[in-house]
Amino acid sequence: MKNNRPVNLDLRTIRLPVSAVASIIHRITGVGLFVALAFLMWALNLSLSSEAGFEKVVSAMNHPLAKLVTWGIVSFFAYHLIAGIKHLFMDIGYFEEKESGALASKFVLIASVICILLLGVWVW
Amino acid sequence: MVKSITSFSRSGLLDWLMQRVSAVLLGSYVIFMLAYFLFNADISYQEWRGLFSNFWFKIYTLSILLALVGHIWVGMWTVATDYVKNAWARFLVLAVIALANFIYFVIGFSAVWGA
Repeated sequence: MKNNRPVNLDLRTIRLPVSAVASIIHRITGVGLFVALAFLMWALNLSLSSEAGFEKVVSAMNHPLAKLVTWGIVSFFAYHLIAGIKHLFMDIGYFEEKESGALASKFVLIASVICILLLGVWVW
Repeated sequence: MVKSITSFSRSGLLDWLMQRVSAVLLGSYVIFMLAYFLFNADISYQEWRGLFSNFWFKIYTLSILLALVGHIWVGMWTVATDYVKNAWARFLVLAVIALANFIYFVIGFSAVWGA
């Protein structure tokens, strides 16, 4: 293919718009939650299997490292949910213009950070 | 006729709708669980099992497991087809996703069914 069009590969001048940042994090958290489900399903199954299994899950979740993982998982849920709600608004025709889209994406990012910090307080 | 498997249901519209309906269901469950853990900080095994032995909650959870299967597939399919361009690699990735999806459902189903 002959291509004489100008190509911009100067990475310092290429930046994702905020709506793209919001979108890629939605994807990353989605894939992350898919992986996290392995842990969540294990915990659900064990916690409902017997009293001993329940205690095992509780003690496992009290481990400092497990608390960090829990915070990570609930943070992913928070972001994915908030960004998903923005998606539903876009489905009915809102936040689709350049300005309103960027504003809604900023709102998603800021609201998520606040929720994630609050969830951190709750986990610890 | 060339048939290409372009989506879960061979209809983009149905995929789109399935992703939204499952999203609303899953979102409601996440919020319910968050509220449950917020208001029941130190739950016992009996309380936890009691929640899942409730008939309607069992139905709710089972519908969530079904919604999860669809939501995972549509979402992961979309991401995999966007980034994995090699057909064989993509097939492998999607096969692993489908297998994990199935295993998740079986584990979730057996956990809730027995409770």
